[in-house]
Amino acid sequence: MRWRCGIRARTVTAALFALTAVSRAAVLPDDRADLLFHDWDGGGVTVEGPSILVRKKVTDSLSLAANYYVDMISSASVDVLSTASPYKEKRTQGSLSADYLHGNTIYSLGYIESNEPDYVSRTGFFSVSQSMFGDLTTVSFGFTRGWDHVGEDSYRDGHYEDGGRVTTWVGDADHRNWQASLSQVLTRNLLLGLNFETDESDGYLQSPYRSARYLNPEGMVQTEAQVTPNTRTGNAGSAQLKYYLPWHAALDGSYRIYHDTWGILAHTLGAGYTQPLFTNWTFNGTVRYYRQSAATFYSDLFPFEDSQNFMSRDRELAQFQDWTLGLGASWQFHPGWPRWIEKGTLNLSYNRLHVAYDDFHNFTVGGSPSGVPLYGFDANVTQIFISFWY
Amino acid sequence: MARALGCGLALALSVSASAAAIAPGAPAPGFQLHSSDSTDLSLSDLKGQVVLINFWASWCGPCRQEMPVLEQLYKKYKAAGFTLLGVNVEPKSADALGFLKATPVSFPILFDTDSKVSKLYEVAGMPSTVILDRTGKVRYVHHGYKPGEESEYLDQIRTLVRE
Amino acid sequence: MAQRRLAIMAMLAPLAALLLCGCSPLQPWVKPYEREHLADPIMSFDPNPVSSTYLDHVFEVREGARGATGSVGGGCGCN
Repeated sequence: MRWRCGIRARTVTAALFALTAVSRAAVLPDDRADLLFHDWDGGGVTVEGPSILVRKKVTDSLSLAANYYVDMISSASVDVLSTASPYKEKRTQGSLSADYLHGNTIYSLGYIESNEPDYVSRTGFFSVSQSMFGDLTTVSFGFTRGWDHVGEDSYRDGHYEDGGRVTTWVGDADHRNWQASLSQVLTRNLLLGLNFETDESDGYLQSPYRSARYLNPEGMVQTEAQVTPNTRTGNAGSAQLKYYLPWHAALDGSYRIYHDTWGILAHTLGAGYTQPLFTNWTFNGTVRYYRQSAATFYSDLFPFEDSQNFMSRDRELAQFQDWTLGLGASWQFHPGWPRWIEKGTLNLSYNRLHVAYDDFHNFTVGGSPSGVPLYGFDANVTQIFISFWY
Repeated sequence: MARALGCGLALALSVSASAAAIAPGAPAPGFQLHSSDSTDLSLSDLKGQVVLINFWASWCGPCRQEMPVLEQLYKKYKAAGFTLLGVNVEPKSADALGFLKATPVSFPILFDTDSKVSKLYEVAGMPSTVILDRTGKVRYVHHGYKPGEESEYLDQIRTLVRE
Repeated sequence: MAQRRLAIMAMLAPLAALLLCGCSPLQPWVKPYEREHLADPIMSFDPNPVSSTYLDHVFEVREGARGATGSVGGGCGCN
């Protein structure tokens, strides 16, 4: 059986923030268009592509937005190299959303669809955002529903190419997600954001390409099929603070905790600094630290065949930490033409990610099972984008 | 149900809120502020005219949108005994002056740098507009600005100017 | 599970009810004309949604945790 790592559209709820983010209390989001090019290079995988967003108020109370996003994947990751050949794949995602303003309330509705040869995801979302208490407080609630079809691709001639693809649909996954957010102005210079999110998934929740490893009676490593539970419920809570510094700069900090029924407990810490300089430039730096404990049924190497009801060697479920350092620069300009464009920004963002696994080994290195090193990798994440306001 | 519970709880705990001082029918509080042409302007000087006081800031998008509209209103009714005061609420005036250079207006701009007048007029939204009649009484109060609201201003000024 | 959702709603609902009904004993302590710094674009939690969405996606795909990454509100409080 061949298997590989694919970039999964496991959830697209992150996308909904691009489409429903309310930047001011009781005011619809600004009309804008963004053209972004993204590039991930690390862990033997490169993923690049565009993300285009266009948003426009069609009446005083209705704002519409559309997003087109592509991931072009070229993968020779540690999971792929262990038993298969590098492959190329393309994932395309499109979404539409509407924001309706009535008094101090904004109602949002949207739909996202993601397609790749072996994974199709459809998501609908709805949220309500209420500004209150002299616009010092914004409370919002949202619900997201997703329907996924999970497939498995076969190889043809030991080579994976668009034309030679045969997909077998192996299962469905359903997602239900509830969000609650509170944003509070604490002082003239300090903002607080609190977020809670609950995610319930059921159905086929594993990768059809990965296998678990076990030691046979002769002490040799062999593979067996993974078995993951067919339900997963996760809860996340986060707090963010943003502080205005007297010399015209901003400092922010955030913390998120995540826990789910698969036993994963994760902490995320982030900090950032934003500094405008030279009239039209803004620079920012970020630092992010993430650590997670392994899922209860995860193991890099099981002691014998069929040792547990649930078994997985997905490194996303392993115990690991990652550090991210980010730098960004933004240049604001006022194009003279066309006249209906108010302003534009040209932006560059670079993030360097370092991932270190505590209980996942890199078997592509070869040698005896006891001499294999723990896996880790670095990645460069680059974004370059231009935005226009009109 | 939760609403009723919340209200009941708040009433039980709170002292009753004081009645708003800036309400239609109440006399407009007097003030004196430094203006853009370097003179001091006092509200009492304008008695006998219909006055529209607009509280604005250069950092407020709807306020910036409203300025050309106010300029048109001022030009139209100036001769009929109407005056418009643009009270800038920013502690530092540099940004406001920069905006006025790019978008000049002919009505007086006053600088409320210590927010005394904003507090006095209980400014509850940005922008805020208070329209006074010829006797110095508050007649209309507006919070916020959305394009198209100027037709309300037109009707209200027309009514007051005829008195 | 339903209990956890109820707990979240129970935490936020009384606050929302108190503030919505307009008879709160508290008065907004930052006046609309004092929001100069909050209105500055550098004080936005999410100034470039297309970029932050992409970065959230990058982490979600490779990490076990997901969610609770965004916030709305703040800003100039105009209108």
